[in-house]
Amino acid sequence: MHVEIAGENSLIIYFAEATDPQVSAQVQQAMLQLETSLAEHLIDMVPSYASLLVIYNQFSTDHYFVSACIRQALKNLGNSQQQQGKVIELPSYYSTESGPDLQQLADNAKLSVEQVIAIHSAMEYRVYAIGFAPGFAFLGEVDPRIAAPRLTTPRLKVPRGAVAIADRQTAVYPAQSPGGWNLIGLCPTPMFDATATPCMPVQVGDSIKFKAIDRDQYLALGGEL
Amino acid sequence: MSDFKVIQPGLLTLIQDAGRYGQHRIGLTNGGPLDALAFNWANRLCENPLNCSTLEISIGGLVLVAQTDTYIAVTGACMPMKINGRDCSFWQTHKIVQGDKIEFGFATAGARAYLAVKGGFNVAPSFTSTSTVVRESIGGINGNKLAVGDLLACNRAVQASLLAVPDTEIPNYPTELSIKVILGYQQKSFDSVQQRLFFSSDYQLSDKVDRMGFRLQGQQIKSSLSGMLSEGICHGAIQVPADGQPIVLMNDRQTIGGYPKIGSVIALDTARLSQLMPGNKVAFEQISMERAHNINHLARQRYQNVALVNIA
Repeated sequence: MHVEIAGENSLIIYFAEATDPQVSAQVQQAMLQLETSLAEHLIDMVPSYASLLVIYNQFSTDHYFVSACIRQALKNLGNSQQQQGKVIELPSYYSTESGPDLQQLADNAKLSVEQVIAIHSAMEYRVYAIGFAPGFAFLGEVDPRIAAPRLTTPRLKVPRGAVAIADRQTAVYPAQSPGGWNLIGLCPTPMFDATATPCMPVQVGDSIKFKAIDRDQYLALGGEL
Repeated sequence: MSDFKVIQPGLLTLIQDAGRYGQHRIGLTNGGPLDALAFNWANRLCENPLNCSTLEISIGGLVLVAQTDTYIAVTGACMPMKINGRDCSFWQTHKIVQGDKIEFGFATAGARAYLAVKGGFNVAPSFTSTSTVVRESIGGINGNKLAVGDLLACNRAVQASLLAVPDTEIPNYPTELSIKVILGYQQKSFDSVQQRLFFSSDYQLSDKVDRMGFRLQGQQIKSSLSGMLSEGICHGAIQVPADGQPIVLMNDRQTIGGYPKIGSVIALDTARLSQLMPGNKVAFEQISMERAHNINHLARQRYQNVALVNIA
């Protein structure tokens, strides 16, 4: 575990070289503690797989004070109550119609389409980070059998709700955007709605489980094709 | 209705307040003025609170018609400005009456100008801020840059001080800059040779410049890292992808990313960088965290201690 300077008003805590649910839980714990100890000095934080970026008000404090708060938070890591995230079920219409890369991914993995769907929907995924675009949640980790590298040429348009895989990460695209992940299905649940409260169904530390639904169910839930 | 009507939006004109903070956890970036100093002066000339919504005019070409009486001030890049065909100066307050036509030419030095109106433009904030981030479709008018026919609401004002920024405080906008960097993030993965190359070479601003990042071209530098986990990116971070060409990440950057970073440019200097045009020259200067702290506090003191000139 080590702390580095990120910029004039920010420090970054590295918890480990690789990530797993324990490391991610430590990131969460440190974030909760620093919210309290930095209080009004805090501008923002960015939790990610194995790091936490802490951005503070450089006109009300300095990096010596913030470093001391971070040291204290890290010392307390084991002691504090483990924060249990919620588990959210997301429906997914997996098919070659809604997931243009599903067949190719199955072929490369030497599995049937049905097996890929069964494997993807069997796991509970942790929300490791949110970023790239508003509401884009990085979920991990997918079973190595269905892990797939990013497309060599990213698509210019990935539809809203696309369920996708890149390496051992999976995600639901919250809005139409360019993207290079492998598309295997569509999820009708909005992942980001600026007018809703909360605007996202998940936060970092929560878990997601996908539930396979058919075409009719997808359309009935408001999905678009 | 009390507002300004957009006759021509110019190349890129955006509603910006001081920026959107505390929303990184849902993936939202900061937005906000690229040149915060010029932005602050514009609001100050209108005696506005710090966070009032202004227009950030990139390069120029904006034409507005006032449909109310008010006061405006424009700061930043040198850009010809006419009110009803008459040349007008930046860095001071102007009285505007209903029907006035305000026209901007194109920047002759610098790249971004800020237009503030008395009391600020009335825009509904989203996620605590009115700053427009087009990539996210958030802020401004429907998350977009200004378009022909947009109406920019503001309050009618018939009385205000006419103020000017003293000449000594008006920045010039050179085409060559040295910008200050604090080493950080994956700096250790850039060995001493790579760091020396980085700090001793001149870079050129490429034509790949937007509110997310400013790409530079010149001496390649290499990190020893081949892959890393995505992590939080702060304002000004200098990302070095596999091609070895640095990118300074600005207000609309992605909140997380997985490329090695050598350190970060201080905000006072990202503001100066944002006033450069493609082809202009940039050199990087290394400073310590403590020196950055001093520079920032001194700059703030200086700004606060300036007395505006009354020109009424």
